[in-house]
Amino acid sequence: MNIGEILLNLWNNSGFAAIIAGFTSQGGWQNLVMIAIGCVLLYLAIVKKFEPLLLCGIAFGCILTNLPGAGLYHQELWNNFMNAEHEAYHSYGAILREGGLLDIFYIGVKTSLYPCLIFMGVGAMTDFGPLLSNPKSLLLGAAAQLGVFAAFFAAVAMGFTGGEAASIGIIGGADGPTAIFVTSQLAPHLLGAIAVAAYSYMALIPLIQPPVMKLMTTPKQRTIKMVQTREVSKAEKIVFPIVVTIFVAMLLPDTAALIGCLMLGNLLKETGVTDRLSDTVQNALMNIVTILLSTAVGSTMVGSNFLTAETLKIVVLGVAAFMLSTAGGLLGGVIMCKLTKGKVNPLIGSAGVSAVPMAARVANVEGQKANPSNFLLMHAMGPNVAGVIGSAIAAGFLLSIFGA
Amino acid sequence: MFLTDNPAPITLGEAGIYALLGYAVVFFGLIMLMTVVIIIGKCFIAAEKKRKAQAEPVVVAPVEVAAPTAPGAAGDLKLHNVEPKVAAMLMAIVADKLGKPLNELRFVSIREVEE
Repeated sequence: MNIGEILLNLWNNSGFAAIIAGFTSQGGWQNLVMIAIGCVLLYLAIVKKFEPLLLCGIAFGCILTNLPGAGLYHQELWNNFMNAEHEAYHSYGAILREGGLLDIFYIGVKTSLYPCLIFMGVGAMTDFGPLLSNPKSLLLGAAAQLGVFAAFFAAVAMGFTGGEAASIGIIGGADGPTAIFVTSQLAPHLLGAIAVAAYSYMALIPLIQPPVMKLMTTPKQRTIKMVQTREVSKAEKIVFPIVVTIFVAMLLPDTAALIGCLMLGNLLKETGVTDRLSDTVQNALMNIVTILLSTAVGSTMVGSNFLTAETLKIVVLGVAAFMLSTAGGLLGGVIMCKLTKGKVNPLIGSAGVSAVPMAARVANVEGQKANPSNFLLMHAMGPNVAGVIGSAIAAGFLLSIFGA
Repeated sequence: MFLTDNPAPITLGEAGIYALLGYAVVFFGLIMLMTVVIIIGKCFIAAEKKRKAQAEPVVVAPVEVAAPTAPGAAGDLKLHNVEPKVAAMLMAIVADKLGKPLNELRFVSIREVEE
């Protein structure tokens, strides 16, 4: 037994040796930078409370995937998976055979299982009552998709392919699961950057939206008090998810998975006879899937993929998409305000960007700053949940164009 | 399913058309959905009115009825334009915020404030 040889082997197998040996040639420095980025993201999640439920997992996945020698995630396996010339093309068997733990987690992203299950949880936690009592809110949800298509156009202008541009544009939908759903299919190599941008900007909504709101509306418009909307019956709330699923999935079949799961979750909540299931979807299932999804998304943040000029472009385009979507919703709100002769406070339009319920809260806060006795929260929840449906439709359109 | 890779670049003109078309499709989809929701809402409102109209003849004569008492309240609680269910919820919220059991609180009346 040669103890020296054993120790040498241990050293050679360690991540430290791998980083030193491949510092410049095999991306060792990139791994270190990515581990540092992971730590910064953890700081933002834990200390600054930026979407901590997701960012914690994403950041930790980023650290895990960049540990040299750990073999938890293999980018090359997924490259082969997407290479039509390779024998492992679209073979989950090869991933299961040769992959690490995070590769197996990532199968749930690749098959779109996690985003759909998250949507089911979102549906089970969403009250569509404000939307049903004021169906015109749907127009604001549509108007607020402006950023999706404007950022898509800008991304193409900056040299991205159609699929990549569509994935970047959908950041403007301010809907994490939808962004992951689209990107995992159209531009999986950008998933890490897009997910981080989408969730970071969603956390920054209270900072991003107010300046746009002040720019697009007058002080007088911001003081408008809206009248209470009608009460919605239980039967109406039960019929709604069924109708939406059939209607939207018939219009854009590519949205069937997202809308179907969203509305199934909502139906479980509203029926009143499936409380156990609703409770599981809202809590246990949602939490489990959040852990798997966030870690899997973080695992795609491999240095060679992430430390590129494209990531910087995505960061810029992402914030532009958010701001333009907010502006689109506000523009819709201003038009609605004029058409109703001042009965609609245009601030509620900004909530059309999804990001439930953060965007609605921001609209409420800004409304109260202008008029302390103004309560816009329930009025803003209508466009807010309409934005979820709107971004799903936008995603369906982009998938139907670039997913073929 | 869910496995696509489409690296083909597109021109700026095509991107513009897709963007406009996509935005229009979102509007079209949500306007159609709005129409459906409005129709469904009207049907439910009409059904509700019909149900109420059928239930009305049962009331024989208008009698001066005392305001109903909300469930769970200690003592008499007068409700003015507030459903007992809503009152119960409000009392539960107040008790929760104060951190005191509901049976240790006394509510005298609950009135909806008209703006």
